[in-house]
Amino acid sequence: MAQVIVVTSGKGGVGKTTTSAAIATGLAQRGKKTVVIDFDVGLRNLDLIMGVERRVVFDIVNVIQGEARLNQALIRDKRVDTLSILPASQTRDKDALTREGVATIIDQLKEDHDFILCDSPAGIEKGALLALYFADQAIVVTNPEVSSVRDSDRILGVLQSKSKRAEEKRDKVKEHLLVTRYDPNRVERGEMLKLEDIREILAIPLLGVIPENESVLRASNTGTPVIMDQESAAGQAYKDAVSRFLGEDVPHRFLEPDKKPGLFKRLFGGRAA
Amino acid sequence: MSWLDYFRANRKPEPPATASAAKERLQIVLAHERIGRTREDFLPKLQMELVAVVARYVAIDPGKVNINLDRGGDMSTLAIEIELPGPPSVRGPRAATG
Ligand SMILES: Nc1ncnc2c1ncn2[C@@H]1O[C@H](COP(=O)(O)OP(=O)(O)OP(=O)(O)O)[C@@H](O)[C@H]1O
Ligand SMILES: [Mg+2]
Repeated sequence: MAQVIVVTSGKGGVGKTTTSAAIATGLAQRGKKTVVIDFDVGLRNLDLIMGVERRVVFDIVNVIQGEARLNQALIRDKRVDTLSILPASQTRDKDALTREGVATIIDQLKEDHDFILCDSPAGIEKGALLALYFADQAIVVTNPEVSSVRDSDRILGVLQSKSKRAEEKRDKVKEHLLVTRYDPNRVERGEMLKLEDIREILAIPLLGVIPENESVLRASNTGTPVIMDQESAAGQAYKDAVSRFLGEDVPHRFLEPDKKPGLFKRLFGGRAA
Repeated sequence: MSWLDYFRANRKPEPPATASAAKERLQIVLAHERIGRTREDFLPKLQMELVAVVARYVAIDPGKVNINLDRGGDMSTLAIEIELPGPPSVRGPRAATG
């Protein structure tokens, strides 16, 4: 049975689109039939991050309004053949997305996909509510920073009250915490919230920690999801997160500062990175 | 300026460890916000009802009611300050507050 996964955060600019592109690509690389939908109507960006911006003809609004068939709007990824992208509209406004329209699209996609990822817009307004409404699972993207943690808590409340699963009183949406832009050096200096603190406050299972990493900007420059850069720390961290998502037990990495271990650590041993 | 001074002047002072303040503030604000999600916010109503009670006894200017809330970890305080009109002879700038 196909799973609908929303990538959400409340707060803007925390890494939802970066994460949607990376996780969707990672799942597809593992042989899962995956489609990633951009719900950010008016501010389409997933196409750029996925590197398919020049191939967009139709978008989700065209499909909802009957101007194109779903198959015409889906863009097949050229690197991973089990992956496709459904772009958002750049010109219409958010009201062009209707719950019934999205329901029809998701039902259709469920027939021949394993995973349907929904890249949510920021906020807790209509677009974000629609992106999470059909979710079976949620990846809550959080930066180690007060406003992001607070907004994540808020969106968790929304998932528990406004999703279809909540409305129908079915099993609740399965929640995953993904901490991104984590900087172990700043954490060590006491300038940035520690992973343990974020986990304690939000109290949902941890899917992964993506370090703050230059490779993300490089990846977006070229339109290559960062998970395809397996030289990079962020790429490796996303790959680990995909493995965990598929139920594998993979240790967390990139949690410690990348400097040479000090005398104390060498003598007494640090935590494995 | 000696060599040593040069290095000293360039060394940044240790920044204060602010992450623990972030954690503490988050824990308090979220504890309150999570309650608010299941119960509606009663403060606007409480304020209206309190002011209505006071207005039964004295004529008050609704614009001169100040409400302050401080949400704490163990305890929160709600301070309501209503400015009462002074005796007729000294009405005006010297009106008593309380
Ligand atoms: N791990 C990371 N390291 C460094 N930069 C990152 C990382 N993750 C995301 N970024 C950068 O943060 C910015 C925002 O990322 P992204 O667009 O994925 O966020 P978003 O949550 O989708 O934003 P919006 O709310 O506007 O949709 C981008 O410039 C991206 O390159
Ligand atoms: Mg985005």
